[in-house]
Amino acid sequence: MTESELIWRISGGSGDGIASTSQNFAKALMRSGLHVFTHRHYPSRIRGGHTYTEIRASSEPVKSRGNGYNFLLALGDSFARNPQEDAYYGNEELKPLSENLDELREGGVIVYDSGLLDAGEIEEFDRRAEENNWHVYPIDLRGMAREQGREVMRNTAGVGVTCALIGMDLEYIQDLMREAMPEKILEPNLEILQTAYDQVKEEHDPDAHDVAVPSGEHDEPQLLLSGSEAISYGAIDEGCRFIAGYPMTPWTEVFTIMTQSMSQLGGISEQVEDEIAAAALALGASHAGVKAMSGSSGGGFALMSEPLGLAEMTETPVVFVEAMRAGPSTGMPTKTEQGDLEHVLYTSQGDTHRVVFAPGTVEEAYDQTRTAFRIAYEYQIPAIVLYDQKLGGELISVPESTFDREPNPDLGSTLTEAELEDAPHNAAGKYERYQHDVADGVSPRSLPGQKGGRFLASGNEHEPSGHISESPENRVAQVDRRSQKVEAIRADLDDEGNQTPHGPEDAEYGILTWGSQQGTVEEAVDELNAAGHSVKSLGVSDLVPYPVEEVEAFLESVDEVLVVEMNASAQFRGLTQKELGRYGEKLSSLLKYNGNPFEPADIVDGFESTMIDGNDDVPGIETTFVPAAGD
Amino acid sequence: MSAFNAIGEEREIDREEFTPGIEPQPTWCPGCGDFGVLKALKQALPEVGRTPEETLLVTGIGCSGKLNSYLDSYGFHTIHGRSLPVARAAKLANPGLEVIAAGGDGDGYGIGGNHFMHTARENHDMTYVVFNNEIFGLTKGQTSPTSPKGHKSKTQPHGSAKEPIRPLSLALTSGASYVARTAAVNPNQAKEILTEAIQHDGFAHIDFLTQCPTWNKDARQYVPYTDVQDSDDYDFDVHDRVEAQEAMRTAEEALYEGEVLTGRFYVDETRPSYQGEKQRIGEMPETPLAERYFDDDYEWERAYDEFIDKHR
Repeated sequence: MTESELIWRISGGSGDGIASTSQNFAKALMRSGLHVFTHRHYPSRIRGGHTYTEIRASSEPVKSRGNGYNFLLALGDSFARNPQEDAYYGNEELKPLSENLDELREGGVIVYDSGLLDAGEIEEFDRRAEENNWHVYPIDLRGMAREQGREVMRNTAGVGVTCALIGMDLEYIQDLMREAMPEKILEPNLEILQTAYDQVKEEHDPDAHDVAVPSGEHDEPQLLLSGSEAISYGAIDEGCRFIAGYPMTPWTEVFTIMTQSMSQLGGISEQVEDEIAAAALALGASHAGVKAMSGSSGGGFALMSEPLGLAEMTETPVVFVEAMRAGPSTGMPTKTEQGDLEHVLYTSQGDTHRVVFAPGTVEEAYDQTRTAFRIAYEYQIPAIVLYDQKLGGELISVPESTFDREPNPDLGSTLTEAELEDAPHNAAGKYERYQHDVADGVSPRSLPGQKGGRFLASGNEHEPSGHISESPENRVAQVDRRSQKVEAIRADLDDEGNQTPHGPEDAEYGILTWGSQQGTVEEAVDELNAAGHSVKSLGVSDLVPYPVEEVEAFLESVDEVLVVEMNASAQFRGLTQKELGRYGEKLSSLLKYNGNPFEPADIVDGFESTMIDGNDDVPGIETTFVPAAGD
Repeated sequence: MSAFNAIGEEREIDREEFTPGIEPQPTWCPGCGDFGVLKALKQALPEVGRTPEETLLVTGIGCSGKLNSYLDSYGFHTIHGRSLPVARAAKLANPGLEVIAAGGDGDGYGIGGNHFMHTARENHDMTYVVFNNEIFGLTKGQTSPTSPKGHKSKTQPHGSAKEPIRPLSLALTSGASYVARTAAVNPNQAKEILTEAIQHDGFAHIDFLTQCPTWNKDARQYVPYTDVQDSDDYDFDVHDRVEAQEAMRTAEEALYEGEVLTGRFYVDETRPSYQGEKQRIGEMPETPLAERYFDDDYEWERAYDEFIDKHR
């Protein structure tokens, strides 16, 4: 039987061109009419080590990396062969083969660069290949590339070999090369691609195995986009024209994309001395009348806690993005985790308020970043888009219509000079920027340079004109008014429909998740229902204000609930119990925190074992179960 | 119609416009040097023709941070040490604003030291006034980065083992294009230097000596000063880095030895401001970014397709 999906994995060393090659191949697959989903795995080093990218392609929409994979292109780590580096890193040249075998499906295909790697050196390789019915093709990709151009082009040879073995037309790859490659390297690359393709067609029987490229057709034009790109475009479309930051993985992706865009759009990007400065700059720009954002990853966001509080107190609109990686401290820079939830919920002193979104998909990343800006500027409150390395880095095909919405440069609750004329001023002529009694708690702001709008934005408690005040009456009025915004935002967000239900409405069991695990959970739900279980899921994307009603209705409608998240301390489950005030006895946790995201199979196994068998010991996956409270 | 009509408005400005009508009287101690800064600012701003509404005063925390309450303009009273990053972004977003940042020696040379260095390096077109009284005042008298070596306080009971920061040299080395020191006890010079600093196109740093009559009676800030420009003894060229550096070193050492030397130490009119540089390399629009949001003719959707194309 031919498998209905292709999951192609290309492995090698960092710096070997794995990312660019896989990005092109993913796009080629998308252009051929397929839905694609990519997953990146890379170490925290510049060159060498073990890195891979997986591309899942199917005629049906794909929501996760899937379970395992069925085609391995092992390029080898060219840097590990450098004797100088050997001394430092040890000889890692077999890793691109050996490190990847565990997840290769039965009947899968292995192509390896026989010019760099020798499968014979891997213990038990032949036995495992036979046992799993793997089809192994040792091909001298390096030699092939060297003959016709340069060794680095062995990536292209690998793609040519892949296409021959899965029955994929070369035209999509060729088109992409013509679009992207400079003249000088285009010709040799096209030649290598064709030679590799022809040679395999001639020397091997592509029908000897069952792995083939599926065929498909899109209902509407698609775009290949990462979560980081979607966040950036959401910000741009919502009128963000100022970004300040300091590089930190994986936030750097958004920072880089935004920086490139800003100079083209006439906006401003600033790379500054540290994250405190970055966040403070965003506040300064916003104060002066520009839609601004900053962001970081966990450790950098820790430094932003001061400006976050200042934004709350001065009611300066601002958007921060927080790209989670495995923590604490610098943790695992290139690995994913959802461990910063509590950090983001509680950062900063005093009665601080913030709005927190955790998009579950690339489309949601775009939409909710837009919403974050709208809410921040309408309600003069810091809004945070919380995502992780997984969502930021995975390239996914999404309908082009996702990005059809009109640009929105509206500055929210900001007055024009004409409006300021009729606005309340105190006896000294100062604008009452922080009035006590206003609808939804939102007192409109003025901008420096406007006539009649003079006020003081102060991080100290202040009276309506902005001047520092320690009067008990004023204090209570201001705290209450700032808090009042949260309820208004909650009501506002109810219409956005940010929570995503999936599965049969009358299901017996529920799976609750948040952020980037949403798609994976949904695929697991489908697999579980196909296996005869009765399960539905809810992916939560509004974290603050918490969608109490919607989650409560979900929890009420099922007997038991498994909460799936990528951290060791069940942070989202904790938040849910806190917000809903009970349900502890109904919730169990499925947690993964080894640096890699869940596969649907992890969740299927975890569900069956905890919810059905009442067993919390699942062999083979690094998960932890927190039993329901009271057990 | 511009959303910022007050910017660039040409009219006679009465000094009293910067005095708030019903705001509280300053809570500074009697005899505090901060009064001197306030007075000099109120004199300098009308002098350069800036209205209260086009002036944005960004302050840090401490006694100096209260300046905002007593000078009637647009204001942003930030947090300890962070006035500079807030101020420079506001200037980038709307270069039409006259941006002045102010803070104390703890605020500016201690907790905000990193921002000081980098703002000077970038040469933002703004004025930075550091109230230097060699002490933490509002937290009741702890040693500050400019307190002399051996200074005793509750947090340094054995006397500080540290050499004080040299703010003038630091500003120069970091890249500030205007560096001066003045003193609250010398209002005429203070006003003159502030006026010049505000008019300067680039980062103008003023180390403003302010006496703290409550917590630091020992500091030299009270004694009569010597204006280095008026004194033949200290003849040097303010446009010459090497000479300026030497003069700064002398002034910084003299301060702790009994002589207070003030004046312009370094002026570079040739170095373009950061805004100018950014515009030159195409990283910043010619028209104020903030204006775009009020410009009905600006095409917000224009660039959208260009980006999306590469994802097809």
